[in-house]
Amino acid sequence: MALLTFKGGVHPPDHKELSAGAPVKEAPSPSQVLIPLSQHIGAPCKCTVQIGQEVKKGDLIGEPTGFVSAPVHSSVSGKVVALMDVPNAMGKMVPAVVIENNGKEEWTQLKDNPDYMKLSPEELKEKVKDAGIVGMGGATFPTHVKLSPPKEKPIDVVIINGAECEPYLTADHRLMVETPSEVIEGLKILMKILGVNKGYVGIENNKPDAIEKMKGAASGESNIEVVALEVKYPQGAEKMLIKAITDREVPAGGLPMDVGVVVQNVGTALAIFEACRYGKPLIERVVTVTGRGVKAPGNLRAKIGTPVRELIDACGGFSGNPVKVVLGGPMMGFAQYTLDVPVAKGTSGVLVMTEEEHTAKGKFGPCIRCGNCIDVCPMGLMPSLLSIFAEKGFYDETKDYNIFDCFECGTCTYVCPSKRPIVQFIRLAKSLIKR
Amino acid sequence: MAVAKKEQELLVTVSPHIRSDETVSRIMWTVSLSLLPAFVLGVYFFGPKAVYVTALCIIGSLFSEWLVQKMTGKEVTLSDGSAFLTGLLLGMNMPASAPFYIPLVSSFVAVAITKQLFGGIGYNIFNPALVGRAFALITWPRAMTSWIEPTAAFVGLDAKTTATPLGLLKEGGMQKLLEVFGDKTSLYMDLLLGHRAGSLGETSVIALLIGGAFLLYKRYITWHIPFSFLTTVAVLAWVFGGKGGLFTGDPLLHLLSGGLMLGAIFMATDYVTCPSTRTGQVVFGIGCGLLTILIRLKAGYPEGVMFAILLMNCFAPMIDRNLKSKVFGLKKEAQK
Repeated sequence: MALLTFKGGVHPPDHKELSAGAPVKEAPSPSQVLIPLSQHIGAPCKCTVQIGQEVKKGDLIGEPTGFVSAPVHSSVSGKVVALMDVPNAMGKMVPAVVIENNGKEEWTQLKDNPDYMKLSPEELKEKVKDAGIVGMGGATFPTHVKLSPPKEKPIDVVIINGAECEPYLTADHRLMVETPSEVIEGLKILMKILGVNKGYVGIENNKPDAIEKMKGAASGESNIEVVALEVKYPQGAEKMLIKAITDREVPAGGLPMDVGVVVQNVGTALAIFEACRYGKPLIERVVTVTGRGVKAPGNLRAKIGTPVRELIDACGGFSGNPVKVVLGGPMMGFAQYTLDVPVAKGTSGVLVMTEEEHTAKGKFGPCIRCGNCIDVCPMGLMPSLLSIFAEKGFYDETKDYNIFDCFECGTCTYVCPSKRPIVQFIRLAKSLIKR
Repeated sequence: MAVAKKEQELLVTVSPHIRSDETVSRIMWTVSLSLLPAFVLGVYFFGPKAVYVTALCIIGSLFSEWLVQKMTGKEVTLSDGSAFLTGLLLGMNMPASAPFYIPLVSSFVAVAITKQLFGGIGYNIFNPALVGRAFALITWPRAMTSWIEPTAAFVGLDAKTTATPLGLLKEGGMQKLLEVFGDKTSLYMDLLLGHRAGSLGETSVIALLIGGAFLLYKRYITWHIPFSFLTTVAVLAWVFGGKGGLFTGDPLLHLLSGGLMLGAIFMATDYVTCPSTRTGQVVFGIGCGLLTILIRLKAGYPEGVMFAILLMNCFAPMIDRNLKSKVFGLKKEAQK
C-alpha cells in the first residue's frame, strides 16, 4: 500500500539509530524533584501543599484553577522543602514545588479498576482529568478539554499520533514496541469517551517494528487501523497527520474537531490507560536522552521534576564537544541555558548536540527567491515573502500572506540556502503585528 | 562533574537547531558547472576567441561586484559564485567576435548597475546578464550581430561572417535556410549540435539540454518555466510561423534556433527574477514564449528571447502577488 502523507515537508537526517534500539530504562530516582505548577497550556495550578509537609507518590500538590488546566501530583515520596520559581523549557521562571525524595517510593492510595471499560464516558473522562493528563507530544494541552468538544462539533475519528517525525526522538517508538496493547487500550478508552467507532494509529514507516507490534495489538479490533506514514517532517503535526490519514483538511485557523477528529500522542494514550485502569496520575514519562553529546543515548522513564542534569548523568554524561542542550527535537525544541530545568509532562527528549551536529550557525544572506521554502511549507504559505516583509519591518503586510496559519515547524528555515532565520522572522512579525 | 563545568557555555538560540547543507554558493557553482558542456562546444565551434570573450565577461563581472561592494562598504561576496555565473552567462550570450570593450562594459552594466545598485543578490528586478546583453545590442548593434561562421577547426583566423538561422529565416524564409544548410535533416542536425552562427554559448542545443537535465536532476530548477516557455513557442510557431497560412509553421526549427534553449533553461529560471510559486512560473513561461514568438515573427529583430524574458521579469512580482501558493485549509476563493 502506498504510504500516506501530505504535501510539502522535508527529510532531515533522523539520527534515530542512536537510541531507537535502547529499551526504556528506569531513570535513577533523584534526591530532589522540582515540579512546576504550570506544565500545561492554560491557567497555572494553585499549590495545595506547605513546606514541611510529607507527601507520597501520586499525592495532589497543585489543583487546577480553571477548566483549561490540569492538576499536578508528586512524583516521589518525601517532604516538601521549598516553594520556589524554577525555569521551564521555554526559559521562563514558573512556580514549582520542591520535594526531597525519601527514597521509599511509597504510593498514595490508588483506585484500581479492572473493569474500567464498564465505566461511563463521563467517569472515564473524570479519571483522565484527575490524573492531570496533558498532550505529551510537547503541546501540553489539557487532554480532558480536547475530550470535551462542543455539541455542534461531532467527532467521528480518533487518531493516535505515532509519527514521531522530529529527528532523534524515539520515546514514542519505544512505547509502541514495548507496550503496544496498553496504547491500544488507551485508544479504546478515548473512542469510548468520545463515542467514536473509528480509531487510527499513524506511524512513520521508519519504525517497522512499532508498526508490526501495534498491528499485532490491534489485530482483534475491527474498528482500529494501524497505518504506515511516509517518513517526512512534519508528518506528526496534527493537521498534516489528519490530512494524511483521513484526507480531511482542517480549515485555516480551525481545530481538528472542526473536521470531526481528535488526535492524541502515543504517550498520552498510555497515560490515559494507566489513569483509567490503575488510577495512576501522570507523574512520570519516557524521555529520549540523545545526541552525539551524550555518552550512552537511551530512553529513560523519568519522574516529572527530575532535573535534566541527572538524566544526562544517567546516560554517562557529556561526551565529545557538546554545545547545546535542547528539550524536544532539533526542529522545534527549546535550547536550555541551565541544566536545572526539570522534566515536565511535555518533555519528549533531551538532545545534547555537539559542535558538528549543531548546524544552525553562521551568517545569513538575502533571500534569492529560490522558492524552496514555498515548496516545503506544509501549510502552503510563502515563507520567503513573510521573512522579507518582517526583515524590512512591514509587519502588517504579512497578514495578507496568512502569517497566522504558520505553526512554526521550521521546515522553511531548514531548507533555506541563504540560511535565513525565516521562522524567527515570522515569530517576530506575529508578536509585533497590529492585530 | 563534567556536566556542571560545561553548563556555563551552553549555546541558546531558537529552533530549528539544524539546517540542510544547501548553500547559495553551491547552487551558483553547480549552475555554472551545468553550463560547461555548452561552453565547451562553443569553444569547439568558434575557437579561442570564445574563451577570450567569456573570460573578459567573467573578469568584468567579478571586478564590478568587488568595486561596488567596496565602495558601498558591504561585505565582498565574490565566492558565492553569483557574479561568476552572471559573467559566464553574459559571455555565452556574446558573439565570439566581440571586441574586448563590449564584454567589459556590458558586464559592468550587468553586475554593477542591474544587480548591485538595485541592492545586490536577491534584489535585482532584471536578469543581470540579459540587461548587459541588451545594453550591448543597442549600443553596438553592428558588432553584436556580426556572427562568425562556426569552423570547428581552430584554423579560420579570418573567419567569415554570416547570418544566424533566425536571421536567414527572417530575411529569406525557409527557402534561404535550406540553401545554406542543405536539406531539412542536416539543418536540424546542425542546429542540435550547434554548428551554426550565433552567440557563442547558445548554439549547441544538445549540450544545453544535457546541462538542463543535470539541473533538473539536482532539483535546482523545475520543469515549470522551461516546459511552459518551450511549449508556448512550439505551439505558436506551428500555428502562426508558416508562410502558407495557419498551422504551417515549423515548431522544431523555432525550438532549436536562436537563444531559446539557453534562455528557457538557464536565464528565465533565474530565481531572483522569476516568480517563486510554481503556478506563477508556468504563467511566466507562457508569457516569455508569447513575447518571443511575437518578436521573432512580427518585430524588427530576428530573435526575441532576451527581450521576452526581460519584459516578463517586470511582471514577476505582480505574478507572485496574484498567484499565491494555496494555503492549507483555506478555500482558493477565500484567499486574498
